[in-house]
Amino acid sequence: MRIPGYWRNTQFFYRLAGWKCVHCGAFHHYKPVVCKRCGSREFAQAELPSSGKLITYTIVRSPPRGFELFAPYAIGLIELEDGTRILSQLTDFKENELKDEIKVEAVFRRVRINGDQGIIEYGYKFRPALRRS
Amino acid sequence: MVKLGGVAVHGYGGYIPRYRIKAEEIGRVWGQDKSGSPVVEKAVAGIDEDAATMAVEAARMALRRAMIDPKKISAIYVGSESKPYAVKPTGTIVAEAIGASPTKLAADLEFACKAGSEAIAIIAGLIRSGQIEYGLAIGADTAQGRPGDALEYTAASGAAAFILGRLDDRAIAEIEAWSAYATDTPDFWRRPSDKYPMHAARFTGEPAYFRHILGAVQSLLEDDGYALNEIDYFVFHQPNVKFPLVVAKYLKVDQEKLSPGLIANLVGNTYSACSLLGLVNVLDQAQPGQRILLASYGSGAGSDAFLIRILDGIFERRDLAPRLAELIEDKIYIDYSMYLKFREEIIMR
Ligand SMILES: [Zn+2]
Repeated sequence: MRIPGYWRNTQFFYRLAGWKCVHCGAFHHYKPVVCKRCGSREFAQAELPSSGKLITYTIVRSPPRGFELFAPYAIGLIELEDGTRILSQLTDFKENELKDEIKVEAVFRRVRINGDQGIIEYGYKFRPALRRS
Repeated sequence: MVKLGGVAVHGYGGYIPRYRIKAEEIGRVWGQDKSGSPVVEKAVAGIDEDAATMAVEAARMALRRAMIDPKKISAIYVGSESKPYAVKPTGTIVAEAIGASPTKLAADLEFACKAGSEAIAIIAGLIRSGQIEYGLAIGADTAQGRPGDALEYTAASGAAAFILGRLDDRAIAEIEAWSAYATDTPDFWRRPSDKYPMHAARFTGEPAYFRHILGAVQSLLEDDGYALNEIDYFVFHQPNVKFPLVVAKYLKVDQEKLSPGLIANLVGNTYSACSLLGLVNVLDQAQPGQRILLASYGSGAGSDAFLIRILDGIFERRDLAPRLAELIEDKIYIDYSMYLKFREEIIMR
């Protein structure tokens, strides 16, 4: 079962919340023992910005197991407002909207459905911002 | 009628998914001419959306407007008849997603289309008793209509969320009074193993919708209640366009007081979110001092009626999140085969 791994990461999956190194600013999904960038041991809770711009994307038409129902779907590289780059599924777009560094915003969606009996895994995806201009 | 005084709306949010299907397109498949249908199109949840995800989106907008620390929200009631889990509360998912976790109370409510307004009544009581400081009441549904059934043309998806707390000078609106009316009336139901609801066709009108809505509303207007000219907007549950119009006519309410809260023609019947989204649309445009009468209806059957007075806080809060009209206008049309995929009607092997 993947439940403990999913549950430990819900803060990040649900609202991009994690831990920022007090010394160098590196963002970690979970609270590490030492900063992976500078070795510091001091961290503060932080949330990444929920909007940014789309840098590039690819459409997945032959999905891995468990994602068949969602195909075709898009994976985008997004630059958040603070400069952090993040990979995310894109949702609720018309394909002709995915261009010109379109403004995107995080939404809360179903990411994986484990059959009829397993848990529903939720998490962030990005969609074209409602206020795009 | 119960004077509630002291309970206020601090944040509100309405969410409508981006996808729409026209009644005409559904009619094309079933050989029905729906070109003149009053419900022109309905909102359809995307393939990765459910009542929990839409509840979160509406709650996030409510939180942006409330400008409070989400950790102060200690009760989250989600009313829905399409909750993603039969057992496991939706409210705890919402709490984690908006940063309110750990919260205290988070049960799911079901009362057909009035579960969301009943959540407001419960939260208001918890606030008045001093048990909680802030509470979040949500109505969210991905409503299902059996393929080919009359409900398929209107059963839609959406969510509305309200953060309530004690009345202070920052509040958006005060909930002044509440009344409710419920009886055992089998007009619409769904057994546990069935995916689609059953309904008693014409029986849903007179003894069900009209009797209960009027039962709740008249108690607000009578016994030491309010006069029609003290109320600026009327929002009724809108399973279609006709029913709220008939109630308004019976009560002698002008069309101008009804239309700002009537959106079923553009989004369909969003069940637990239905009358609440009408309220959101009114909050998006009302002025301080104005009064709104909200009356929900849930089959089975019952109605909650509230009187809500807009306060000065509306000015600085309203634009902290998108208005409902923006979500109504931002749409992607889908055809019936895409609709079947989104509703998970295509069997994957
Ligand atoms: Zn560091």
